[in-house]
Amino acid sequence: MLPALLYFIIFRYIPMANAVLAFKDYNVVAGIWGSPWAGFKHFDLFFSNPVFWTLLQNTLGLSLYALIVGFPIPIMLAICLNEVGSGFFKRTVQMITYAPYFISTVVMVSMIMLLLSPRLGVFNLGLQALGLEPINFLGRPNLFPSIYVWSGVWQNSGYAAIVYLAALSGVDPMLYEAAKVDGASRIQKIFNIDLPGIMPVAVILLILSVGSLLAIGFEKVYLLQNPLNLGSSEIIATYVYKIGLLNANFSFATAVGLFNSVINMILLVLVNAYVKRVSDMSLW
Amino acid sequence: MIRANPIKRPTRIREAWGDQLFLAGVYLFLLLIFVFVAYPLIFVISSSLSSPLAVSSGRVWLWPVDFSLRGYQVALSNPQIITGYANSLYYTFFGTLISVLATVLVAYPLSRRTLFGRSAIMLFITFTLIFSGGLIPTYLVVKELGMLDTRWALIIPQAVAAWQVIIARTFFQVTIPDELAEAAALDGCSDLRFLWSVVLPLSKPILAVLVLMYAVGQWNAYFDALLYLKSAELQPLQLVLRSILILNTTTSGSMEASAMVERQQMADLLKYSLIVVGSLPVLLIYPFAQRYFVRGMLIGSIKG
Repeated sequence: MLPALLYFIIFRYIPMANAVLAFKDYNVVAGIWGSPWAGFKHFDLFFSNPVFWTLLQNTLGLSLYALIVGFPIPIMLAICLNEVGSGFFKRTVQMITYAPYFISTVVMVSMIMLLLSPRLGVFNLGLQALGLEPINFLGRPNLFPSIYVWSGVWQNSGYAAIVYLAALSGVDPMLYEAAKVDGASRIQKIFNIDLPGIMPVAVILLILSVGSLLAIGFEKVYLLQNPLNLGSSEIIATYVYKIGLLNANFSFATAVGLFNSVINMILLVLVNAYVKRVSDMSLW
Repeated sequence: MIRANPIKRPTRIREAWGDQLFLAGVYLFLLLIFVFVAYPLIFVISSSLSSPLAVSSGRVWLWPVDFSLRGYQVALSNPQIITGYANSLYYTFFGTLISVLATVLVAYPLSRRTLFGRSAIMLFITFTLIFSGGLIPTYLVVKELGMLDTRWALIIPQAVAAWQVIIARTFFQVTIPDELAEAAALDGCSDLRFLWSVVLPLSKPILAVLVLMYAVGQWNAYFDALLYLKSAELQPLQLVLRSILILNTTTSGSMEASAMVERQQMADLLKYSLIVVGSLPVLLIYPFAQRYFVRGMLIGSIKG
């Protein structure tokens, strides 16, 4: 037990204490605790920086888009898979749809680049076959959110559906029997039995994803970035990395990161409180 | 004389017309999703098995054109790739070992009602899911510990995932009743021995989930390596792939101008082959783990 607890203290709680750096001017020689206090200077700098609104907009926009598209699709997939029984077809579809989950971000991004490449990408070869001009998909800032979100759907839907399928398999079979006797149609069964059955799981997952609206994955966005699409692809996490580690502006980057963490926590608590009031379900 | 009983006569219940239509829609939807997911996978694999010329002239649509294994030959003769592969295997093996060990050792005690301060410790762990110090403060901790540019930096800082601890704890709670532990204790069985010879054999599904999650995470990770490692000989495969696939830098020696065209063709093909080579280990193990995986996820996430 001790090793894991030590781990959480060293790699999770000490960094939280280190976040005090956001209120200081970091000095390598003096270290974190010896550096002079700077108050809210770094936060002021960040909020008054024109880049602040762009970052906030990009980060929120990307994750809201991902949430709206990415949340219902796995539910639909799970319900449809549940409808087709348990034959070969179901197993094959399930197996293939969750395979992409195991592909690494690096490979995922390079697949996106290859498939969307202006010269040889399948999409552009298709466009050319139709007599249209090829499009440099990754060079268009307005296309970036869609590329990010739909490739995410491609990669994660099958995996996310597993959780819902598990919830569906836990539904009391008596309910289906009863529905059959009453002559309910398939659609009625879905709306009156399936959906209420997965509601608790869905609500929990929804709360969690709202709570991480600003904690959007750094890894994929960073790799998909290029100078052409930066206008819509620069998010808080990539900005922190660049300012902090590439420019070695530790205090400022810590302040930006802390802002991000705090907003996330507030969002999570608020959404949880709201859901608790309307539906009696809660994370804790 | 046998009289046919009209009630017991087996009748085929015909599904309503609307239901059949709906079911057809369901199949169509699944088929569409299937094609949407499978096509890119098939395309990449087919391309990797085609000839350099076929790939770079865009002739591959669905199946391999001019079947060849040139891409794989070149990929596997690249020393960078070999080093990366060896490093990734090392990180994945030791990282997973340490992670699973530490997770089980904290999740099992937490599943016992007799543990003192259980809910406080749970809160202590769960809180890290909600709030984190951020990138730079964590980086500074790793730096202070002298782990920068060592193999430890990829194994230790992400060793225990709070989420995995919660799943494992729930699993132990549901499958190992407290009475069993009490009975073993009465018979003079030590906690550690109980864990080893009773709990673990009963927990194969959750162990499979943990191993798969940690191993896949470790194999696929690149960000920590990007942050903490500088030496080329320590880099995991994903960073090597990144530099070849995304940054387009290949370590090519001096080459004749006439070989330039061929090299460009090769570079296109190489990408597809590398994608397959880099994902192969993970895609090979997941069908085997699937049996346990779904079951482990199911029980583990009941009270998630």
